[in-house]
Order: sequence, then C-alpha cells, then structure tokens
Amino acid sequence: MTATLLPPTGADTAPARPERAVGVRRRTPVGTVVTHLCLIIGVILSLFPFYWLIVMSTSTTGEIFGYPPKLVPGTHLLENLRNMLANVDLLSALGNTLIVSLSLAVLVMLFDSLAAFAFAKYSFPGSRVLFSILLVTFLLPGSLSLVPSFVLMSKLGWVGGLQALIIPGAANAFGIFLLRQFAAGAIPNELIESARIDGAGFFRTWWTVAIPMLRGGLAFLGIFTFITAWNDYVWPLIVLVNPQKQTLQVALSTLNSVYGTDYGQVMAGALVSVIPLIGIFLIGSRHFIANIAAGALKG
Amino acid sequence: MAISESARPGTATRPASFAEAPDGERRRRPLRSYWPQYVAVAPFYILFLVFGLFPVVFSVVLSFTQWDGISKLKFVGLAQYAFLVQDPRFWTSVANTLIIWVISTLPMLFLALLMAFILHQNIRGKGFYRVAFFIPNVTSLVAVAVVFSSVFSDSFGLINNALTALGAANIPWLSSDWGIKVTIAVMVIWRYTGYNAIIYLAGLQSVPTDLYEAARVDGASSTQIFFRITIPLLRPVILFTLITSTIGGLSLFTEPQVLFGTGASASSAGGPGDAGLTIVLYQYVQAFFNFDFGYASAIAWALFVLSAVVAFINFRLLRDRDDAMGDRKVPMFQRRRAAARARSRAAESDAVSASRQTREEVRS
Repeated sequence: MTATLLPPTGADTAPARPERAVGVRRRTPVGTVVTHLCLIIGVILSLFPFYWLIVMSTSTTGEIFGYPPKLVPGTHLLENLRNMLANVDLLSALGNTLIVSLSLAVLVMLFDSLAAFAFAKYSFPGSRVLFSILLVTFLLPGSLSLVPSFVLMSKLGWVGGLQALIIPGAANAFGIFLLRQFAAGAIPNELIESARIDGAGFFRTWWTVAIPMLRGGLAFLGIFTFITAWNDYVWPLIVLVNPQKQTLQVALSTLNSVYGTDYGQVMAGALVSVIPLIGIFLIGSRHFIANIAAGALKG
Repeated sequence: MAISESARPGTATRPASFAEAPDGERRRRPLRSYWPQYVAVAPFYILFLVFGLFPVVFSVVLSFTQWDGISKLKFVGLAQYAFLVQDPRFWTSVANTLIIWVISTLPMLFLALLMAFILHQNIRGKGFYRVAFFIPNVTSLVAVAVVFSSVFSDSFGLINNALTALGAANIPWLSSDWGIKVTIAVMVIWRYTGYNAIIYLAGLQSVPTDLYEAARVDGASSTQIFFRITIPLLRPVILFTLITSTIGGLSLFTEPQVLFGTGASASSAGGPGDAGLTIVLYQYVQAFFNFDFGYASAIAWALFVLSAVVAFINFRLLRDRDDAMGDRKVPMFQRRRAAARARSRAAESDAVSASRQTREEVRS
C-alpha cells in the first residue's frame, strides 16, 4: 500500500532477506511463551496509565482515593466533564489548539516541501552553502532563546496571540531535510523535464509533479508537526499570557494546579487532551513509526 | 548530492534552472533566473534569522545585563555569571537535573535495548507491540504528569495503596527528595522507552543476520549474543539515542513544572526542598516570576555549556571503547583513525540498509 509513497532507491537491489533461521531453529515453545510474556508485561506498563486515566475520569474523587481503590471505570464521566467545563474554558482551548496545530501542519508542509524540492532537484548559486546552514541550525537548542524570544514577541505585539505560536514554526529544518531525502529518490528527473517542456515553471512543477509524489513524506511530516504542536507546552505557557486565550496543554495544567484536589474533573480534562491525538496516531501509526526510525538512523 | 545524482549529459531541451546544466553553462545564467528557487527556500531562512538566530545572539547580550524587560537595560559585565557560580539554588538545579538525567536515561536505554532485542526475534504480533510501545511517546507531557501525580500521590495514590495492600510501608513519593526524583524519572522512562526501542529495532534490522547465525552455530547463548554482538554493533545508534536523551534530559521542565504546579510562588517552584527544581525550571522562574531576564539568560548559557560537555563525554565514552578493542600493537593515533574509518563505514552501511529494511517492512 505504501510502496509508492517511499523513495524507491535501493529497494530493488536489496538482497532478499534470508529466512530468519536464527530465531526459528532455537525457538522452543517455552521460549516463545516467555518472550510474549515479557512483551505483554511491557504492553501493560505502556498502556496502564491510559486505562487508569479512563478509570479516574469516570469516577468521583472519593472513589479514586478510596481504599481499597476502585480498579474499574465508573459512571461519572459526564458529571466530571460538566464540572471541568464549568471551571475551565476547555472547549475554546481545544479550538485554539486545533487552529495552531492545523495551521502549523499546513504551513510546514507547504514551505518545507517547496524548499526541499528546490534543494533536491535544482542547483542554484549558493544552494550547497544554504543547505549546510540548514543542517547547522539543528544544533541550536531551543531553551537558549526562551527569554529573548519572549522579548521579541512583546516588541512585535504578539504576546498573547496565537500567531506567536504559529509564525516562528511555519518552516523548519527537520522537515526540509526529511522531504529532501524523499524528493531526491522519489521524483524522476524525466518528469520534471517533461513538465518544463509542457511550459510549467518551478511552482507549477512543484504543485503538479512534486507534491503528488511526495505525499507519503508529506503525510508523515504533517502528522508529526500536528502532534508536536498539540503537545507543545513551554512556549505557549510563556507567551499566552491571557488566561482567556490558552492552548489545551496550558489549560490542563492550570486546571491541575487550581482544581488539583478534584481529581475526577482534572482527569476528564486530561482525557479530552489525549484522545484526539491517540486517534490520529493510530490511523497513521505504521507509517509514522517506520519514518521515525528511518529518520533517526539517517540523522 | 542532488547535483551529482541528477548529473547527465546535457541536452538541447535543458530546463531553465535544472540541475543537469554543466557548471560552465550554469555560471553564465543570470542570477535572477533562479528567483523561484530562492523564493522557495526563503521562508525558512527568513524565519530562522528572525526567530532563531536573533534570539540566540540577543540572549548573549542579555546575559551581560541587568534587565526586567521594562526599565532601562543596564550592562553589568560578567556580574550575572559571577552570581551564578555562587548561587546555591542554581547548583541545586544542576545537581537535580544531572541526577534525574542519570536515573532516567540509563534504565530507559537499557530497557529499550532489551525490548528491541526481543522484538527483533521472529515473533507474531510485532506490529501490535510496536504501536503499543510507541503510544506513550505521542501523549502530551502535561497529561502524563497529571496522571502520574495521582498514581504517585503520597496519600491514597495507586502505588502507595498497593504497598499498603501488600503490608509494606508507604513511600513519600511527592514529598521526599529521592521520591520526587524517582517519580520524575519514571515519567521520562515511561514516555521515551518505546521511542528508543523503535530506533534500536531499526538499527538491529540493519545488522546482517548471518552474524547471529554464526554465533548460534558456535553455541552462543542469547545473553552472549546480546552483549557481544548486538550492543557493539548498535554503537552508532546508541550514541544517537544517548545524545538525544542528553539534550532532552538536561532541558527537563514540564514534568516538575506540572507536578508542583509552579505558578503560586517562585520559592516553591521545585516542590518540597527544591528536589524537582531543574535548570530550565529555574531559568523559567528567574525570567517570568522574578523578571530577571539577564540572570535567566546567564542560566540558559550555563545549560548550553553543560549540555555540550555532557554530550562530548557521551561521545568519548562510546568512542574509546573501540580503542580498547583495537589491536594493541598499532600506535594509538593510527588505531583511532582506523577505528573511526571503520565506524563511519559501518554507520553508513547501517543507515543505508536500515532505510532499506524499513522500506521493505512497510511494503510487506
């Protein structure tokens, strides 16, 4: 299904993987059971906090801290949600988060694919130097610039506005680097040439030739950017000074510090902030994980 | 790279700004004919100049000043750094950060290796396990901190309740020095173990299977294979995860910030006894509670230096082991060079075959 989405370079020359004689030969039934047992313990440890989140968000605070603890979901989800919404405007925070995450995903896909296409398929004076600069920018740590960035935002009059979250991240080195790898392998030069013969300029070629062939990489970059933006906390916490205009994570943190004793409603808020993201991740999980791993090995 | 890839004998119908043009011809073309490419790459560089480079330069300047963001900026030379080296709270934050980094990174990377090693075997349901292990990584830190703060709550938290049920004494997770550090480390371990395991798994899949096979034939046990083959061959990948974990671990902020609801006052920022006060949390308190922008910038640069030093030590640790295994008759510098060459070759072929492998997997 995804074969066409990935750069085909090398795939054909890859030697057929030998049958995994290693595992097969020595594997006893007992060994298999032990292996799966280890993995299942791992899965339980990974997923238990989610289960516990569901249990807590559907229980009253009294039930959560009772002894012996209640280990199955309760029936108070709606009540918890109502209490939570009465205290924190989580819906508008949800809206703000959606605006920021979606805008960032779209802008990053747009600007990064333009730059990646130019770097991968065209040679122009200074292109090598510019690309080297791009790689060096990976090394600059974000925490260095929290204070000066805040000062800059206040000079621009952006403090408290969502543009302070969107504009600075609208193009990034990671995405350009990633898509450039995709573009170098996935877009045949012949196609670009025939587009040119048909009279298409750079931007038209980008839109009609590059974008369709890059859609696998673009999908990954879009989801990755969306998830990162959705979970971002430090910068929104600093720059969104208006309590009426928050993102989901900041609102959740406020809810936790102000109404921390009412666990039921705090957990209901946490549930709202976690579910959409897990849904999105599960839809594209396979492709997503493969790309994360490949990206790490390349980098 | 792209240039050489697409280098072909030129044709009469060469595109206006196409990479295939031989150098001589390219130079003759006026610069303005490349405007679409410059426009295409411009957004990143403009944004980087304004929101990336300028703040970093500005933060150097700020670290030599006394400024609250409103009144007139006053240059004080190295006074902020002089204060920094004798500020006990700063050193507390450094110690906390390093301790939490060590007690989270070491178990995390070891567990991840183990997990990847198990997943690499020929087992059913690999896809399911990978997704299940990766889910924590896409969960927001704030939600993680909120859930874990209840699980580790001193009175009637799930863990202390379980300890009570087992007849054991309760542990003051959120009010004792080590309890706080362990709680934060557990959150980090929970969120990133699966992520690192997935990266190791991709690395493992790039190791040729005949190596394992040969070891099996020679009668090596799984444990021997893990420590003698898997770990040495994964060294470049381990270095990558170690560096990533260092950069992430030393800028730890969200977990303690949410855990102790920093916001009420600057003095209680790191929880009881400042046990959860990390460097970035301290920087945040100085900047946005005490409005001491100059001092906060000095802290930021101290963190930068610390990260660079720790990353360098990581690098040396993993590198020097190569030398230890090298041929002792060869002079030191030659051995190093040979090792470096072998390593870079290995890393290259690793990366190539890993991406190939990943692709294969996606296809299947």
